[in-house]
Amino acid sequence: MMYDVAIIGAGVIGSAIARELSRYQVNACVIEREEDVCCGTSKANSAIIHAGFDATPGTLKAKLNVRGNELMEQLSKDLDIPFKRNGSLVVCTKDQDRNGLNALLEKGEKNGVPGLRILEREELIALEPNLSDDVTCALLAPTGGIVCPFHMTMAFAENAYTNGVAFFLNTNVTSINKTDDKFVIKTTHTDTKQPETIEAKVVINAAGVYSDTFNNMVSSHKLHITARKGEYCLLDKDAGAHVSHTIFQLPSKMGKGVLVSPTVHGNLLVGPTAVDVEDKEAVNTTQEGLDSLAGTASLSVKNVPMRQVITSFAGLRAHEDGGDFVIGEAEDVKGFINAAGIESPGLSSAPAIGEMVAEMVRDMLFLQEKADFVPTRKGILHPETLTLEERNQLIKEQPAYGNIICRCEMITEGEILDAIHRPLGARSLDGVKRRTRAGMGRCQAGFCSPRTMEILEREVPMSIYDITKNGVDGAIVIGRNKEI
Amino acid sequence: MKHYDLVIVGGGPAGLAAAVSARDNGIESILIIERDKELGGILNQCIHNGFGLHTFKEELTGPEYAARIVAQVLERGIEYKLNTMVMDISADKKITAMNREDGMFEVEATAVILAMGCRERSRGALNIPGYRPAGIFSAGTAQRLVNMEGYMPGREVVILGSGDIGLIMARRMTLEGAKVKVVAELMPYSGGLKRNIVQCLDDFNIPLKLSHTVIDIEGKNRVEAVTIAEVGPDRKPIPGTEERYTCDTLLLSCGLIPENELSKSAGVSLNPVTSGPVVNDSLETNIDGIFACGNVLHVHDLVDYVSQEASTAGKNAAAYIKNGSSKDAKIVEILPVDGVRYTVPKYVRPTEMDDTLTVRFRVGAVYKNCSIATYFDDELINRRKRPVMAPGEMEQVILDKKKLGEYPDLSKITIKIEENA
Repeated sequence: MMYDVAIIGAGVIGSAIARELSRYQVNACVIEREEDVCCGTSKANSAIIHAGFDATPGTLKAKLNVRGNELMEQLSKDLDIPFKRNGSLVVCTKDQDRNGLNALLEKGEKNGVPGLRILEREELIALEPNLSDDVTCALLAPTGGIVCPFHMTMAFAENAYTNGVAFFLNTNVTSINKTDDKFVIKTTHTDTKQPETIEAKVVINAAGVYSDTFNNMVSSHKLHITARKGEYCLLDKDAGAHVSHTIFQLPSKMGKGVLVSPTVHGNLLVGPTAVDVEDKEAVNTTQEGLDSLAGTASLSVKNVPMRQVITSFAGLRAHEDGGDFVIGEAEDVKGFINAAGIESPGLSSAPAIGEMVAEMVRDMLFLQEKADFVPTRKGILHPETLTLEERNQLIKEQPAYGNIICRCEMITEGEILDAIHRPLGARSLDGVKRRTRAGMGRCQAGFCSPRTMEILEREVPMSIYDITKNGVDGAIVIGRNKEI
Repeated sequence: MKHYDLVIVGGGPAGLAAAVSARDNGIESILIIERDKELGGILNQCIHNGFGLHTFKEELTGPEYAARIVAQVLERGIEYKLNTMVMDISADKKITAMNREDGMFEVEATAVILAMGCRERSRGALNIPGYRPAGIFSAGTAQRLVNMEGYMPGREVVILGSGDIGLIMARRMTLEGAKVKVVAELMPYSGGLKRNIVQCLDDFNIPLKLSHTVIDIEGKNRVEAVTIAEVGPDRKPIPGTEERYTCDTLLLSCGLIPENELSKSAGVSLNPVTSGPVVNDSLETNIDGIFACGNVLHVHDLVDYVSQEASTAGKNAAAYIKNGSSKDAKIVEILPVDGVRYTVPKYVRPTEMDDTLTVRFRVGAVYKNCSIATYFDDELINRRKRPVMAPGEMEQVILDKKKLGEYPDLSKITIKIEENA
């Protein structure tokens, strides 16, 4: 198979690049080792669209964060991405030097972040009554926002797919070789181990924590990525209104602190920790990590109801030794473009990285715009957003929308059918969960798992024994009673 | 909007028994709303026996017990809707529900009985560290997969928590061909019935490790091993006591949580100890005409007690529908102290109550050679010896209306555990 462009990695970066590239007349594909898009760093992070005051002026991080934030406004409408500018606060406590806030303000203004200002305690408490008693002042960034990272990634990927980009899921890249005019990419199927060869004129490396591996296969300019683990606790929607802004802590010698933030779906998120780990698969949570969150969070927000935790998770950020994003053509390998070292603010920067890399490829391959590019994508319909009349009309036409499958999040069979049958549809319980929230509520899929399995079995259709939580080797049931 | 005298939310053992009792007490217009595809609730997946010894004086399986109450509902021609989810209950007793045929619809009720049951505490709520692979199930989900659908969730099993469903599933998984390696329980005592420990663990040589918990889960896609460790009196793991078990399945039986999201939307006050509504002697909540019974009120050990309680709720709802409430009646609070964790009901109206009132509760630890003592204000009224009491089994005190009538100035009733002299 010969492509103009092969993108390695279907996280938010690979998907954003694919979407922006799909504006052009180009034959592109995305190669992903997992069974679904959004399975790595993109699915386990703070779900924040940062305002952009944190990065050092002049860096890619600074430039792309601010640009990405700006793009989100229109993108969230075009691609139906749940996004809300709830504003963020960096809080300073009485033991901290408030000059730290001034420095952030100054950096932010240099980076071009609009509307930044420092608030004193009185004004702050009116905004956020649950801030800790020690908070004295804070930097307000009104453009800070919250987003659903699953839907953001899927929106890019689905829209790219609709515009002709091919996706190879469950496909593991084992080697990349450069010949005179193309790259030869060898892959194996994650499940069947079937080898395949994909050829491409341009390769884009958006492989997250593994982007050093792929760069180092072809370039003598070696990259080194450290996986930096962040653990989080997600709290019940009952606690979702504990704060309304995203509350950051002013970094100190004790570390960067943790954030407390509402999520765009109405939960409360507390995290992350930051620990460098050797194993790039180590997305396990740890007792120490989880235990530390409550104490650290309490420095900025009081009475966080940690008893209402419904789940915890860990993600790995791809930290490159240089500290900045590494984006651009490898100096010694023409046509090999890195989008590497994408740690925070990676999610926020994704739209801008997509734009930047797509333009590089356009100029490299002299691509022309497509006349029939479809700029919009509709997300999964949430009946909750309809009026009673509209909802009843929908149920009349499609009775599945009258059948609740996930009782915690009140997700209907209709939404699950949509998740399965749309472009790049769900094939696993986690796939359904990320698309619809079925199983993401307080009972954590205890109730809906068997029901969702039934729907997958019938609709895909697939064998019940092939239904997994999150891909190969993760089957839910293993045989009939007395036959195992 | 369609009106019913009584709407019952939930068609499990509580909702069904409440419906039968309300009908037998003269209420014609009743609607039961059930989200599942059949009546009977969670009993339908409890295929083991041991149900009904009190109610039917014989040992039945869960589905058999359910079938008998369902038959009573059908005989009486009580209306019900299946596959229907209640989305909201308002304080003025308008119920919003949805199904495939009717869409979203509202009904209005004079009285409502909450009978939604409970859900299982999840791995997330337990905050167990480790990976998040397939193979971690709440015991009830595994029970449904095995008993209703005939699928095995795994071959080698570790169970955390010794609640009754976990114990029952230890036996079921063994009988269906799996190897249950160990049951770990955080507390120094089991959360389940003594008879289940004997019949489900001891009889199958499955070790029960008290004061142990899971501290790590391994496996990226499917569970590969779990590590358990002993915990100290602070319930924190003791370093050096770790034991690793290779397994592909972890079942969780770590407590049930009454499912009161709808009650909250109606403004019903909850007891933080039970997570169920605060009710008076007629099992009425703080919202006029909204009653509660079964596991949504407090988690029961035996379904027989659910049936009894639900009958009471049905009868009292019927009386409310016919006579309205008696708001001005004197209210006496029951105080649970010294080992008594809570009582249901929490309030008694001495002039309104039935001739006798069964007050149910659980104790907070294992007590040997103790008594349950009842005080009217500071006066000891009753002291009943109990050789053994454990948190896994419900206890009760019966209050007598005549006796209460002798104390017109009574301000509080106290129920406590006392050591035998």
